Amino acid sequence: MIETLIQGLLLGGLYTLFALGLSLMFGVMRLTNVAQGDFIILAAFAAIAGVSLTGSAPLWVVLAVLPIAFCAGYLLQRHVLNRTLGKDPLPSLVVTFGLSIVIQNLLLELFSADPRSIEIGPLATQSLQLGDSLALGVLPLVVLAVALAATAAMQWMFARTPLGRTFRAVSDDREIAELMGLKANQVYALATGIAFVLIAIAGALQGMRTTVSPSDGPLLLLFVFEAVIIGGMGSFWGTLAGAMILGLAQQIGFRLDPGWGIWFGHLVFLAVLVLRPQGLFPKTRG
Amino acid sequence: MNPDMNPRTFDVVRGTDASRSLLGAAAVLVIGAATLPFWGESSWMREFVEIACYFIFAMMWNLLAGYGGMVSIGQQAFFGFGGYVMLMLGNFAGVNPFVAIPLGALAAALVAVPVSFVAFRLAGGYFAIGTWVIAEVFRLSFANVSAVGGGSGTTLTALRGIGRATRESVTYWMALGCVVAAIALVYLFLRSKRGLALLAIRDNEVAAESQGIPVARMKLAVYVVAAFGAGLAGALYFVGNLRISPDAAFSVNWTAFAIFMVVIGGIGRIEGPLVGALIFWALNKFLSDYGTWYLLGLGLLAIVVTIFFKQGLWGYAQQRWGWSLFPTQRRLALHVSKSPMPAARIPELELHPHAKHQ
Amino acid sequence: MTALLATEGLQAFYGDAQALFGVDFALHAGELLAIIGANGAGKSTLLKCLTGLVRAPRDAVRFKGEPIGGLPPGEIVRRGLAMVPEGRRLFPSLSVEENLLMGAASGRSGPWNLKRLYEMFPILAHKRGEPGTSLSGGQQQMVALGRALMSNPEVLLCDELSLGLAPIVIREIYAAMPRITAEGMTVVIVEQDVGMAQQVSQRVYCLQEGRVSLTGRSSELTRAQISQAYFGLEAHAEAAP
Repeated sequence: MIETLIQGLLLGGLYTLFALGLSLMFGVMRLTNVAQGDFIILAAFAAIAGVSLTGSAPLWVVLAVLPIAFCAGYLLQRHVLNRTLGKDPLPSLVVTFGLSIVIQNLLLELFSADPRSIEIGPLATQSLQLGDSLALGVLPLVVLAVALAATAAMQWMFARTPLGRTFRAVSDDREIAELMGLKANQVYALATGIAFVLIAIAGALQGMRTTVSPSDGPLLLLFVFEAVIIGGMGSFWGTLAGAMILGLAQQIGFRLDPGWGIWFGHLVFLAVLVLRPQGLFPKTRG
Repeated sequence: MNPDMNPRTFDVVRGTDASRSLLGAAAVLVIGAATLPFWGESSWMREFVEIACYFIFAMMWNLLAGYGGMVSIGQQAFFGFGGYVMLMLGNFAGVNPFVAIPLGALAAALVAVPVSFVAFRLAGGYFAIGTWVIAEVFRLSFANVSAVGGGSGTTLTALRGIGRATRESVTYWMALGCVVAAIALVYLFLRSKRGLALLAIRDNEVAAESQGIPVARMKLAVYVVAAFGAGLAGALYFVGNLRISPDAAFSVNWTAFAIFMVVIGGIGRIEGPLVGALIFWALNKFLSDYGTWYLLGLGLLAIVVTIFFKQGLWGYAQQRWGWSLFPTQRRLALHVSKSPMPAARIPELELHPHAKHQ
Repeated sequence: MTALLATEGLQAFYGDAQALFGVDFALHAGELLAIIGANGAGKSTLLKCLTGLVRAPRDAVRFKGEPIGGLPPGEIVRRGLAMVPEGRRLFPSLSVEENLLMGAASGRSGPWNLKRLYEMFPILAHKRGEPGTSLSGGQQQMVALGRALMSNPEVLLCDELSLGLAPIVIREIYAAMPRITAEGMTVVIVEQDVGMAQQVSQRVYCLQEGRVSLTGRSSELTRAQISQAYFGLEAHAEAAP
């Protein structure tokens, strides 16, 4: 049982990384990125392609992908997504949905439907021995550590830095923020740039821990979304909590019957939605 | 109030001459289409049934999103549900599958009520994804029911006794009937007082509520009607297809194509899905061999149209040239002399940008 | 004396509805000017045109001789025009101090900083870490005023400072005005409270249904003149049958 719980938490760490970018984008500009999962997969494939093209070690490739991801996110927001913002949620939903389809098919064309992964050698299967019966994978632990660090970093950035203050102000009242001299379009682009860096990290780790294929995106989106709803909107620690709970639910369900893992997650999500729609740890906005 | 304007000097006008003649032409077209089984090829009928399903689904998605203001990525839940109920009634209850089509639609409408209880907890973008999750729950649920073949699906056996030609003709007529019924349903609904209320809600929910419009009930009504339509399309599709599986029935592609058709054609207009369906059918016919590139192109097209032609291609035409096939706007036709135009109109930055649906 | 800030024949629309019908307005450096008028007269619209929240034709608004009509609000703030918006509009997610710091986002330098603001409004120093919107109406108004001052503007526009506030609080806020204008800051106040407006300002503009109906030195205008301009009543009106 302990092992199931720990596996759940480790999975939750991964889901946290998947979800942080979505949380950030929604928090700053109320934009729901339907292509979140697909961008994660895209990042994974970018790393895979980078490794096979340059032959370098995965770590360097991933580090190189990060600034590229930032620029990609910045430019996408600045020139495409900014035009979809407004009271109507439809344009941003259609555009990100369209992007989802474009990415999936582009990846299918470039890489075919075969699952791939980022080869990291023995690190993929190494494990730490805790006591007699407990062996924890090193990679999942790394993922969890990165997730915790990223969440703490995002929370700190939002609450304590001028940039975070800017994000909060623009999100509260775009018009008055512009009256103060802020350029909302640039601020939004910065937020998406950062979100894409998180996405790239998540994608790289996903590609290392398992195989990825071009159509994996939508399922990841659903997990991310469930994590954010369970945790409650408005805080990064809430997103982490929601991701942990989802991971736990899925692992427990998986333990009971291998076909029930995802299903259990859905059940918990629905239960939270019906019983406590604001999520378990919502941060109320003023 | 201008004291020169007494009530007899203006009318509330709905139709135009152009639209009346177009409707007449449409009626002739439908009657002509009904004769197709007597002179056309069976592949044409099959194609029509398929496009009819896409179109009805898109039309209902348009009703929900463009008029109800609820963007859903999960309408396929009701599409598949209608299909499965039709199949179960046909295979297990001995109901004639053609009769089971509206029953499947009804079942979808009924299940939409408890679903709405969950889905309406969310709003905006999160509502959209939430409906997708619910559709996935539907998919996983049916994949676990072995009586209907579980994950690999099953066949509609109830039509085995009927000859192929008859089956295809009746399916075709059913499809034609469903299309006409769906269009009529939406058109009449939107022209009614309820339709006006819907527009008011879409434009400003709080203001509408303050005017006494029961917003929550209206939204539920639209959601149920849209579910009915989706279920109708689903049941019809699988009568034509004869084989159902959870992945086919609850695939998000249905919504993807509906979004494409509606966005291209113009959301919030009745003729939008019609124009979009025609364009979609044409693209499908000539380009679907290109597989992934075709889908990629569709995605890009949807993005471009959303950003640059916010009102869809038909909406653009309507604005530019005043075309309208299904007038639901009520215009005030004044009979007094025109008031002087204000000088030097200056373009205005909107303080609180409103969603422009029309 | 050339005006620091001026409009010429300014027209403004909200969609199809016209709100200003050719307003001529001039503000001179160092003065405190009041704009009065009934609800809907166009006072706030005029201010929004000056700060770029409502689009104005390019040449209709000039600041230090340069046309600024149609520029984005951020650009106008950077040039030295700041506004205390109607209804305060503090950022709910930000604390009092963070709200004040946002005012400095335009990057202009000058005498106004946090220390000075806390000296002027000590209560704000006391509550600096609390969410801006948890303060009373008057305290929020101080924050909004301070936030605008943090951008060290040359011209400060105040939109309905007294709105929703008790008289004693209004007096407290206006008591700070001399400190603000002491170093030559030019101030425009939009006010519904005509008495307060006449008291603190040197010149007055009265707007009525989108047009300037009266302008003059505050000390020289009579109540009758102001009433007439405010409400658009003729001095000798006959009752309709």
